Amino acid sequence: MVFTGTTYKKINTAQVLDVDKVRKDFPILARRVNGRPLIYLDNAATCQKPRAVVKRIVDFYTRNNSNIHRGVHALSERASGEFEAARETVRQFLNARSTREIVFTQGTTDAINLVADSFGADFLSKGDEIIVSGMEHHSNVLPWQRICARRQAALKVLPCEHNGRLRVEDLDRLITENTKLIALVYVSNVLGVRNPVEEVIRRARARGVPVLLDGAQAVAHFEVDVRALDCDFFAFSGHKLYADTGIGVLYGKEQWLRILPPYRTGGGMVQSVGPERVRYAGLPLKFEAGTMHVAGALSLEEAIHYLRKLGFDSVRAHQRRLMDYAEGRLRALDGVTVYASPSRRYGAVSFTIDGVHPYDAGLILDKLGIAVRSGTHCAEPLMRKYGVGGMVRASFALYNTRDEVDALIEGIRRVQELCGECKSTRSLQ
Amino acid sequence: MREDASISINEIQEQIIREMARLDDWMEKYEYLIDLGRDLPPMETALRRDEYSIAGCQSQVWLMPRMRDGRMNYVADSDAKITRGIIALVLRVLNNQPPRDIAAAELYFLDRTGLRSNLSPSRANGLAAIVKQMKAAAAARMNT
Ligand SMILES: Cc1ncc(COP(=O)(O)O)c(C=O)c1O
Repeated sequence: MVFTGTTYKKINTAQVLDVDKVRKDFPILARRVNGRPLIYLDNAATCQKPRAVVKRIVDFYTRNNSNIHRGVHALSERASGEFEAARETVRQFLNARSTREIVFTQGTTDAINLVADSFGADFLSKGDEIIVSGMEHHSNVLPWQRICARRQAALKVLPCEHNGRLRVEDLDRLITENTKLIALVYVSNVLGVRNPVEEVIRRARARGVPVLLDGAQAVAHFEVDVRALDCDFFAFSGHKLYADTGIGVLYGKEQWLRILPPYRTGGGMVQSVGPERVRYAGLPLKFEAGTMHVAGALSLEEAIHYLRKLGFDSVRAHQRRLMDYAEGRLRALDGVTVYASPSRRYGAVSFTIDGVHPYDAGLILDKLGIAVRSGTHCAEPLMRKYGVGGMVRASFALYNTRDEVDALIEGIRRVQELCGECKSTRSLQ
Repeated sequence: MREDASISINEIQEQIIREMARLDDWMEKYEYLIDLGRDLPPMETALRRDEYSIAGCQSQVWLMPRMRDGRMNYVADSDAKITRGIIALVLRVLNNQPPRDIAAAELYFLDRTGLRSNLSPSRANGLAAIVKQMKAAAAARMNT
């Protein structure tokens, strides 16, 4: 679609993000690293935190700190109230039906382990099958591998093509009557490819197979509506959405959460404990054993408020424009291979530089103040598919700028100069 | 004092510290390391076997220790250029030294040049693994 200047204005009601202003909300962006201004392009690993989020955590500890759902004293009541209000904010954010469907976890990994363990305990037996894709983060492979081994079930892989396209059409063949669940990454943390999860869910639904989505890299980049998606489970991490580490969310359809057994047991998740029989608490507390990361949950609520205030649409539009720009510039570089070619990339782009180990590239870029990720990105099966030992990944957040993309491109040129085959002229002797 | 005129482990370490102090910033140091790595003779592909590969490094590292005329002779390589440069430095310090000296050596140049602290903890562990393996190989050959 092509917009002329005027119609574009009419159609796009989103405010253009004032990035210079927004950057001031993130104190860490003003610091220097290795004597140079920090250029933080490792947002898919974790995002920086705006002042409002940090303040919310500090406020909690300086004013309201108390354990939740336990005491009757004023602070405990207040902390419990804030925690439950945060749950409601997350519910709205995902458009879940009820807060009973929102379980706070430590993060995506913890959420997936919860489902693998609880689902595996009661719904997986010998000869059953779980399907994952060929571009999963280890977080969405290893829990399934382990539970499948324990239950003597099989783990099957839905492959993706070289260009990053998931072979959804293979699903009809791959699903058998023994298939018990499909666990799929929504957006690849390596390729930035957004999988056609609607199509996967449609095909799975037709065969009565539930679907779990790993949404770790999705929530910061486009709207997620779990009700519209009709997924059974959805996991994400707060720290990839500008909130604290150690807090995450598992959305599960109430029908599922009601019948899944608890994952961990302990305080806070029981109604009564008799000599032989335990009555578990209702949803979602049944899955929240032990003391929760209260400040983390509040930080997540604050991050969502912060994004809402900036305008989800303008944030996302800025990130998309930036990604398009980065992709164009990277592809124009000689001797650089960009992996996958989706029509739209979200958040992360991975590449290799001819003749340069990703480790060397990462080290040199770091000395230029540019933080990228180099290595296997917790996705070794995907590295094997592309026949590389590792990649360099640049990933973007709402505060990144075109200037930073330009700096990355310059940095890559420096890497190429330094690591090029001809010996440099400088000599020590 | 050793009988022969060859230069000791610590003398070489001091040389390296002096050389690297002349380099202004880390970009120059990396350039220097990459140059050193370029001059390091590559290990034959046939020798890049699992038995010589060192676990715990972010890049792949191979190390084959040998003994020649009572002195250690290491062949080592990596698939990353900066790592090759660091290996070249370590080999410059340890190659051709008696196993007893290597087993007892303290490789302080890695700290004094900032090489160790400029690696992330996981990478520093990788470097430590290389040095540890070299010293173990020397210790094993002390009485032969
Ligand atoms: C796609 C994907 N899934 C899961 C995870 C794991 O998230 P966490 O470490 O927050 O549990 C990540 C984090 O890198 C990810 O990118």
